[in-house]
Amino acid sequence: MNRQNWGPVLLCAVLMAGFAGVWRLQQRIDVQREALHQEKDDLVLRSGPMLKAMSLEYAPLMADLYWTRVVQYYGDKNVRHDENFELLWPLLDVTTTLDPHLLVAYRFGSMFLSEGPPSGAGRPDLAIALIYRGIHANPEYWRFYEDLGFIYYFELKDYQKASAAFLEGSRVPGALVWMKVLAAKVLEQGDNADTSAFLWNEIYSSTTDPQMKQNAETHLQLLRVDADCKQLDMIVADYRKRTGHAAKSVHDLAASGLLPRTAVDPLGFPYVLDADAKAQLNPASPLVKQRRIYQKPLAGAAH
Amino acid sequence: MSRVGVVAWNTFREAVRDRVLYNLVFFALLMMCAAILVGQISIGIEQMVIVSLGLSAISVIGLLMAVFIGVGLVSKEMDKRTLYALLAKPVRRWEFLLGKFGGLLLTLCINTAAMAAGLFAALYYVKHSLERADGIALVAIYFILLKLALVVALALLFSCYTTPLLAILFTAGLYVSGLFVKEMRGLHSETMAPAAQALLRGLSYILPNFENFDVMASAAHARHIPGMLILQNTAYAALYCTIVLTAAAVIFSRRNLK
Amino acid sequence: MTDAAIQIENLTKDYPHGFLHLKTKRSLEGLTMRVEDGEVFGFLGPNGAGKSTTIKLLVGLIFPTAGTAHILGKPISDIAMHQDIGYLPEQPYFYDYLTATELLDYFARIHNLKAAGRRDRVTRMLKKVGLETARKIQLRKYSKGMLQRVGLAQAILHDPRVVILDEPMSGLDPLGRREVRDIILELKREGRTVLFSTHILSDAEMLCDRVGVIAGGTLRGVGAPDEIVGIKAHGMEILFEFAGENTAAAALLSKATRTGNRYRLQIDEGELYPTLEQLRSAGARILSVAQIKASLEEYFMHLIAADRAQAAAVDVSGK
Repeated sequence: MNRQNWGPVLLCAVLMAGFAGVWRLQQRIDVQREALHQEKDDLVLRSGPMLKAMSLEYAPLMADLYWTRVVQYYGDKNVRHDENFELLWPLLDVTTTLDPHLLVAYRFGSMFLSEGPPSGAGRPDLAIALIYRGIHANPEYWRFYEDLGFIYYFELKDYQKASAAFLEGSRVPGALVWMKVLAAKVLEQGDNADTSAFLWNEIYSSTTDPQMKQNAETHLQLLRVDADCKQLDMIVADYRKRTGHAAKSVHDLAASGLLPRTAVDPLGFPYVLDADAKAQLNPASPLVKQRRIYQKPLAGAAH
Repeated sequence: MSRVGVVAWNTFREAVRDRVLYNLVFFALLMMCAAILVGQISIGIEQMVIVSLGLSAISVIGLLMAVFIGVGLVSKEMDKRTLYALLAKPVRRWEFLLGKFGGLLLTLCINTAAMAAGLFAALYYVKHSLERADGIALVAIYFILLKLALVVALALLFSCYTTPLLAILFTAGLYVSGLFVKEMRGLHSETMAPAAQALLRGLSYILPNFENFDVMASAAHARHIPGMLILQNTAYAALYCTIVLTAAAVIFSRRNLK
Repeated sequence: MTDAAIQIENLTKDYPHGFLHLKTKRSLEGLTMRVEDGEVFGFLGPNGAGKSTTIKLLVGLIFPTAGTAHILGKPISDIAMHQDIGYLPEQPYFYDYLTATELLDYFARIHNLKAAGRRDRVTRMLKKVGLETARKIQLRKYSKGMLQRVGLAQAILHDPRVVILDEPMSGLDPLGRREVRDIILELKREGRTVLFSTHILSDAEMLCDRVGVIAGGTLRGVGAPDEIVGIKAHGMEILFEFAGENTAAAALLSKATRTGNRYRLQIDEGELYPTLEQLRSAGARILSVAQIKASLEEYFMHLIAADRAQAAAVDVSGK
C-alpha cells in the first residue's frame, strides 16, 4: 500500500542526503576548529599516576588512547612544520605510566625526544629518562639498551657511555651478538659512518611504527648521500689527475668512463658538481632539505 | 497556534510544573560559592575559573535534563497511556514528536538562559566590570544549546522504540563516543586492516560529533571564535537533528501502541 | 441505503509473539461488521476477546495486519477522520499536573477549536459530565469515576458524530455506572453514533440497539440483544406469597421453590393465565410476573465453554 511506503522511502532519502551533508559540513568545521588552535595542545591532566588511578581497570585502554594522541600530535606537528614539541614528553609520560609495557612508546619517545628540531624535541635528557623507565619496567627487552646507546652515540656524542650501554644490553639474554661487537667498535672508533648506518638500519628493520621507520629511512638515505659524495669526490680527484682539468659535471665523469653509470641519490636525482667541483645533491632533490635539517647543531645538548 | 506548538507548550508546562527547573537554585548557589572562593584565591584567573566552571555546570545540568527528560518524553506518555486519548485526535504522530522536541528545547533554553544570567552575574561580581570579550562565553553557551538539541533529538529517537533504560544508555553512549570522534578518525594501529580503518573513518563522520561544540578553552581565555564556525555548527546541529527526528517520526508512525 | 457510521471489512490483527518476536499471535480474525448511523452498538466479549484491539484499530493506535475499516466514509488511516470521532480509552489516565479545564482546553486546541468559543465549550462539557465544581483541581487528585467523566468530556468536546468508548463502565461504582449510562443515552438522543465495549451484560442489554459478540478474536454474532440469544423464552416466572395450606393449589406449590412464605414458580407461557387464576382463587398474593429469557450471560458462558473445548481438542489432536 502506497501510504505505508512513504515512511521508509522518506527516511532513506533523508539519511542519505543528511549524512552526505553532515560529512561535508564536518570537514569544514574541522578546518575552522584547527584555526581556533584550541589545543588538543592542552594536556590538562598531566599527572600520570592520577590518570592511572582514574582509569580503574581500563588503564591499558587509556594508554592506547594516549598513545594515539602521541602519534597524532607528532604527525600533526610534522605536517605543519611546527617545531614546538613541548607536549611530547608529558604525553609520553602519561602513556608509559598508564601502560609501562607499551614498548613502542619508549622507542618512539627516545627517538623523537632526543632528535633536534624540527623533527624532534631536542631533549636527549628526557629521552634517556624515558628509556631508563622502560628498562626498569621491561628489563628483558634488550633493545632499550640499543636505544640508549643510540642516544649517546648520535645526539650526545658520548662514545664511552654509548659503548657501556651496548655492552650492558649485550648481556641481556636474547640480545643479538652485534651489541657486543658494537660496544667495542664504538669505544675504539667513535663516530663512524658504518656504525651509524648499521644502527639506523637496525631501527629501520626492527620497528613497526611508520613514523620511526620513515625517520630511519631518511637518515639512511642521508648517510648514503654522504658515502656517495665521498666516492664522487675521489672520482673527481682521479679525473683531475687524468685529464688535468676539473670536471664540470657528472656527465664528464661518466663520459670518461670513470663512472660506470650516472650517479643518482637514493631518491633518483642525479648528483651535481658545484663550483668547487665537489659532489653535491641535486638542488631538486628533497634530500637537500632533510640534510639541512639534520645538520643543524643540537639545541641544549647535554654533556 | 499549530498543533505542534500546542503540544510543545504543554510539554514545557509539564516540565515547569514538574519542578524540573529547581536545578536553577542549585546552580545559582554553585555560582555564588565559586565567585566568593575565586575572589579569595587569586586575581587574574577569575575569568578562566568562573567561565570554565559555569560552562561546565551549564553543560552537565543541561545534559542531564536533556537525557533523562528527553527519554521520558515518549516513553512516559506510552507507559501512562496519556498518549491514547491524544492520538485519537486529529494530530499526526510526527506533529506530536516535534511538539515534544520543541517543548523540551524551550525548557532547556529558558533554563540555560537563566544559568547564563547567573554566570554573568558571578563574573560581574568578581571582576566588577564586564568587557566585550566576555561575550565569548555567550557563544560557548549557544554551542551548548546546540549540543543539547542534538541530545534531545537522540533521546527522543531511542525512546520511540526501546525501554527508557536502554534509551538512556544509547543516548549517553552516543554522547560519549561523540566526544572521541576525532581520535577514532586517526586511530593508529598497525594491526588493523585497511578496510577496518576505512570503516572507522566513515563511522567517525556519521556519528554525531559533539566535540564540534566544545569551545570552553576559547571562552575561558576570551579568545575570539570565528563567525563561520558559529554558522557551521548551527547548520550541523540543524541538519543532524533533522535526520534524527525524521527517523524518529518514521519509526513512531508505525509503532503499534500496546 | 445510508452509509454506515462504522464499516469494518475483514479486519485482522496479528501480534508478534514469543522469543525474538518470530511467532505471531492472531488477536483479531477477519472481523466484518457495521454500525449504523445514530445507533448505540455494544461490543461484547470476555477479556482478551479482541474488543480493545478492534477499537484501537479504529482510532489508529495500532495498525491492521489485513482488512479495512471506514468511519463516516473515511478510511481509518485518514487523520482528518479523527475530527469526527471521540474516543475514551480503557482506564483513562491524563496529564496529572493539569486541571480539568486545562486538559480540555489543551485538547480543544488540538481540535483547532477557535479561541472565542473554546472556553465556553469547555465549561459546558464539564457541566455536562458533572465536573464543574472540580474543574480547577489537578487531575492527580481525581477519583477513578471523575477521571472517567473527564475522559468522556474530552471524547465529546469537539462535537463528534461518532463516539467510541472502551469499557466506559469499568471500575465504577453503581452510581458512577448510572451516570455514564445516562450520558450515553443523552448522546444517543443527540443523534450521535455510540460504539462501546463492555463485559457488563446488563448494561449492554439496557442501552444498546444492537450488540456484537466477539470471543477468541472472531465475531460470533450481531443483532439486537434479544436476537442474539434468540428468545428462547423459557416461560414465565411467578413470584407469590401464600400463607397457610390449600390443597387446591398444592400441585402448584409443590412445583414451586419456597422461601418462608414466598414461592417462585416457573411455568410455560401458555399456562400463565390459568395458573394466575388458580393462585388467585387459592388466596395467594401475586408479587410479580416476569418472562424468563436466556440472558446474554448464559450465551457468553456457552461461547466461552465452546471455545475452551475447541482449544482443548486442538491441543489433543495437534500433538
